[in-house]
Amino acid sequence: MSEPVTAMGGVAASGGIAGIREAERQGMVTLRGDLSAPAVGKAVKSVTGMAVPGAGTFAQKDGVALCWMSPDELLVLCDYGSAEGIVQAFDAASGKAHLLAVNVSDARASFQVSGEHARDVMAKLCPVDLAPGAFGTGMFRRTRLAQVAAAIWMPSDDSFQLICFRSQAQYVFDLLSIAAQPGSEVNHLCSTG
Amino acid sequence: MLILTCPVCGVTAEETEFHAGGEAHLKRYGPGSPDEQFEEYLFMRENPRGVHFERWRHVYGCGKWFHAARCTTTLEVFGTYPAQTLEPPAGLRKTISKKRPGWIWREFS
Ligand SMILES: [Zn+2]
Repeated sequence: MSEPVTAMGGVAASGGIAGIREAERQGMVTLRGDLSAPAVGKAVKSVTGMAVPGAGTFAQKDGVALCWMSPDELLVLCDYGSAEGIVQAFDAASGKAHLLAVNVSDARASFQVSGEHARDVMAKLCPVDLAPGAFGTGMFRRTRLAQVAAAIWMPSDDSFQLICFRSQAQYVFDLLSIAAQPGSEVNHLCSTG
Repeated sequence: MLILTCPVCGVTAEETEFHAGGEAHLKRYGPGSPDEQFEEYLFMRENPRGVHFERWRHVYGCGKWFHAARCTTTLEVFGTYPAQTLEPPAGLRKTISKKRPGWIWREFS
């Protein structure tokens, strides 16, 4: 049996203005289909118990999160071990709906950025308004981190979680570590600044 | 720098989250069409100083294509609208006329 591992082996960086660490293994299922189609909404509801989240947001229930990626794509976040079961449940529930579910857990890497300067660190890398009133918990945003695609959200008011492609994990970890290097506070977005 | 609003996902971001896709509303002339029309479709493009219509893609976001109207001299974005549109929408043309009286772009004004 092969033993699944994360892209960076759980690497972490501390001592900077924010804590950076690779998230643990995360189950991810990509769901493609017209999210406005009633049949797709029905399948999503029957598998996850949740309605399709609105644009730019995510919904969560019982350890499963539904993230809005585009009008025809949802990302399902779940325990690493339950991704395969969720794919099968979608296959069974899709019926006549034009819907595709694929386990992409190993295709991506995930990082957490935490601390009172987490917004500073992320704002250095993303072309997104990360001011407290403009971006907060419950929102889900696909954007870029310097030169690569990423999706970001805030599990709490002073932490971010992000996903990127697995092959770019080293680049993203380096980016985050450099953006968080000691003494690099911007103090523009922090209420405590 | 351009500030664009993706009409598909509603995100407003600066242009580095998007990718420019060239001139908008080109009519495709394929095999069997006269040489002049095929040449026009392949090579002839507007290069205006002022009002311009383009295709853009929200490449780092929702991934979808859309249209944008902007000013090439000031980088003001007059508006964005769905990709599934064959010509600049009337409402947007009116908005542009208020800001740039007398503008002309191809057969539109
Ligand atoms: Zn978009």
